[in-house]
Amino acid sequence: MPYEAVIGLEVHVQIKTCSKMFARVAAGYGQPENTLTDPVVLALPGVLPVMNKEAIDKVIQAGLMLGCTIAPVCKWDRKNYFYPDSPKNYQISQYDQPICLGGFVEIELPGPSRNVMGEHKKIPLTRIHLEEDVGKLSHGVHDSLIDYNRAGTPLMEIVSEPALHGADEAFAYLTALKTVMIYGGISDCDMEKGQLRCDANVSIRPAGSTKLGTKVELKNLNSISFVRDGIDHEIKRQIAVIEGGGTIVQETRDYDGQTGASQSLRSKEMAHDYRYFPDPDLMPVKVDEDWKARLRAPLPELPFDKQRRFMEKYRLPYTITAVLVRDRELSDYFEAAARLCDKPQAAGNWITNDLLRDLASSRQSLADSRVRPAHIAGLVKLVEGGAISSNIAKEVFVEMFATGEMPEALVERKGLKQSTDTNELEEWADAAMAANPKSVADFKAGNDKAINAMKGFMMKQSKGKANPRLVDEILRRKLAG
Amino acid sequence: MLINFQFPILKQGTNRLAHRSRWPPCSLWLFDLLLPNIFPVSSELYFQTAAELGEMLATKKISAVELAQTIIERTKAIDGRVRAFNSFDESDALAQASASDARRAAGQARGPLDGIPVGLKDVISVAGQPLTASSKMLAQFVSPYDATVARKLREAGAVCWGRLNLDEFAMGSSTENSAFHVTSNPWDLARVPGGSSGGSAAAVAAGEAVVSLGSDTGGSIRQPAALCNLAGLKPTYGLVSRYGLIAFASSLDQIGPFGRTVEDVAITLGAIAGHDERDSTSFRTGIPDYRAELKKRRGPWKLGIPREYFGTGLDPEVGAAVQRAIDHYQKAGCAIKEVSLPHTEYGVAAYYIIATAEASSNLARYDGIRYGHRSKTATDILDLYFKSRAEGFGPEVKRRIILGTYVLSSGYYDAYYLRAQKVRTLIRQDFLKAYQEVDAILTPTSPTPAFRKGEKSADPLAMYLSDIYTITVNLAGLPGISIPCGFTGNGLPIGLQLIGQPYLEADLLAIARAYEQAHDWHTRHPKL
Repeated sequence: MPYEAVIGLEVHVQIKTCSKMFARVAAGYGQPENTLTDPVVLALPGVLPVMNKEAIDKVIQAGLMLGCTIAPVCKWDRKNYFYPDSPKNYQISQYDQPICLGGFVEIELPGPSRNVMGEHKKIPLTRIHLEEDVGKLSHGVHDSLIDYNRAGTPLMEIVSEPALHGADEAFAYLTALKTVMIYGGISDCDMEKGQLRCDANVSIRPAGSTKLGTKVELKNLNSISFVRDGIDHEIKRQIAVIEGGGTIVQETRDYDGQTGASQSLRSKEMAHDYRYFPDPDLMPVKVDEDWKARLRAPLPELPFDKQRRFMEKYRLPYTITAVLVRDRELSDYFEAAARLCDKPQAAGNWITNDLLRDLASSRQSLADSRVRPAHIAGLVKLVEGGAISSNIAKEVFVEMFATGEMPEALVERKGLKQSTDTNELEEWADAAMAANPKSVADFKAGNDKAINAMKGFMMKQSKGKANPRLVDEILRRKLAG
Repeated sequence: MLINFQFPILKQGTNRLAHRSRWPPCSLWLFDLLLPNIFPVSSELYFQTAAELGEMLATKKISAVELAQTIIERTKAIDGRVRAFNSFDESDALAQASASDARRAAGQARGPLDGIPVGLKDVISVAGQPLTASSKMLAQFVSPYDATVARKLREAGAVCWGRLNLDEFAMGSSTENSAFHVTSNPWDLARVPGGSSGGSAAAVAAGEAVVSLGSDTGGSIRQPAALCNLAGLKPTYGLVSRYGLIAFASSLDQIGPFGRTVEDVAITLGAIAGHDERDSTSFRTGIPDYRAELKKRRGPWKLGIPREYFGTGLDPEVGAAVQRAIDHYQKAGCAIKEVSLPHTEYGVAAYYIIATAEASSNLARYDGIRYGHRSKTATDILDLYFKSRAEGFGPEVKRRIILGTYVLSSGYYDAYYLRAQKVRTLIRQDFLKAYQEVDAILTPTSPTPAFRKGEKSADPLAMYLSDIYTITVNLAGLPGISIPCGFTGNGLPIGLQLIGQPYLEADLLAIARAYEQAHDWHTRHPKL
């Protein structure tokens, strides 16, 4: 029997803020253990939480980008449970009034081939709420240690509807969500640093059925590929259970990305009673229209909207736009270059091929690059105007990448301008024909390709400066004569 | 004792005259004239008020170090019997006093509290000092940071003095729930000082501190003030920062002062009140000069008497004393009006749901992991939680954690917590409605005077009813003050509660002071 998987994702994203969610101490990663703490983070007797406005701003911005309805009041609840990574033994969270409701994440499924855009879907969201992260435990043989540096970091939980139907969709969802979060400056979403974490609720049902099956929650999906593998594995496991005549038990399972296996953590009966109640230490905060408008103003165009615009406005091919819009800075860089040279396709090619290649091989970021949009535009103009050939342009690129010299100056200084002097070209053509009698004969016998040997001779003579269009024109005229 | 027959003299002697001349109080004059040897004379330095001592310091009649030494000696002499203190740091107090003297010598004195020893309930954090909540759980804990009120007291130049005993985690009405020792009522050492701020009350009553800070969640300042013959104020919720106050019930807790006079309460309140960016529930409001306002606001006021507060369970002597106070205000020109607070009867029930629910969550942090008592016999993490908390908390704290956990549990939340919050809103509305007609409400503070140690400790419900007149004030978030209004036949203090309007402490204090000025109860001190 064919089955359909139904998947909902709960994604935790750390919000990029200067300080922690309810304390004045800095938020950060990679500091010596327990140094990013203060009496509030450690929950010493008598301390009180105070809300970080930057975190609220950013979660509202995330909600606005994802088309959510922003709640008129931001309210806080306590989620009570005992665990050593939670210093207060309750987590300040949002229970019945999340800050963002509804909304969606636009995803792109894999296309039929690399060069062809895949199907787009809008995956509906249930809610986004804000809470605080917990500390980090490390377990030894005889004891366990706790680092509270992460505790209290602003964390948003983005909950999707059970609207994903396979590991590929989940992968596309996370990729798209991550890009939006990075675009908006909400989070860096570095999964290695735990800035983005994902739990998946997975169930299966007979294809065509609209009833939801029993769900299993998968935890510890620590990279985007583990998410894909873990979900794939879980779908297969559930199918095997059903096919084997068994039933799916509602439980929480831990997926181990290294071994590719999962094991049960706890069953439904062992689920916590979190005893949520409104946090009396924090006042509800009104979110009015002015506040939302202020936050909406600086928001960027969403990646897929930008991609559609690039394809329409600049007539760029899908593959180029896919590369350009993956990174907001890169797409801005491209648009700046395109504006300066009015040849968007050429600029796009230089950026996605040469620039990205050289940045990668020299381990530089775009921000470090000496080649700025004006360099790209200048280079494009030199080629398009016939001042240099594309071969020379490649050399120019390498040199300006290393030195940051403007391409016009570089070409001028090194005398790389291609020759359009017809007298000179005619002399080189004559010399080429004289030196390649067999090619001349072959060409005349109808082998068009034979002209290439003579073109090559001319380019060599000109040290690459001969204008290829003129070379072709003159040679053909002379050979015809 | 000898006091009961003095009422007629006081009443007749003062009411009329008080309006003509405010100072000296006629009652004082009468007592000095008629009964010069009956009451201990309050000339001892340790029984002077903060206002008087502030004047002596300003005019250099005494130094802050001399004052601190006096208080230290007094404490050493009598605290073996009163047991108001969990601990005190003599050298730290003297160092603070000496810094005060240096400031004054340099012409940089900081105001009326500079050099005045202020006692602190052992739930208010002072950097470098123990912070125990009178619990075994925190018996060894030393706090690394200052509560906002402690910082403000330092900024006012006050000498932070001693860690004062309480019912464990402020849960109780007698200070018998302290894990360390029971504090005695200085007026009768066989009786309790009230609670939970019993140490803060006993210390001031016994001359071991000039003023003190307590915390009040359901009456924990006002009830011990009543039982120890002091003025004690619970400010409006949000007036004083809670940052650095060990939380019992966050939506009810407020820090407030104890003093021998309303003026001392006003001075201390002025030092600690005001918005704090470390406490989201602290209110942004202008802080008047409470002490100066005392003299400016003269009434006459309209006072409300809620019939619900004079029913069964009220000790007849307490009822009579409060009635005499009502009569006094009336004769002094105040309009007395009966008001109704119909939801009062649900106050105690709603309170014990809300307070315990919040407490169950607030006290979750005491787990033996980062600080505090950790069981030595635990075998795994759950066992560590169970044993550390079982060993670290006393029975009343456990009772309230269990109750609070229960009322918040899935399936019970709506029936208990949510409903209690609705009752709370109704209680507040009762008060606000009454305030459309009256300026303040007058009630007894406690249904009984100080009871004997052990008398109620086996009966939690009887103990809970000690706070029946004070609890609604916390639920409504209002300011309330208790001031002395007489003594029982066997010499136990009686308290009068005045309940004010939100953030109008200046009016409430003025109303209280009008009574105080016409009577001499506050000038009497226990013999120890």
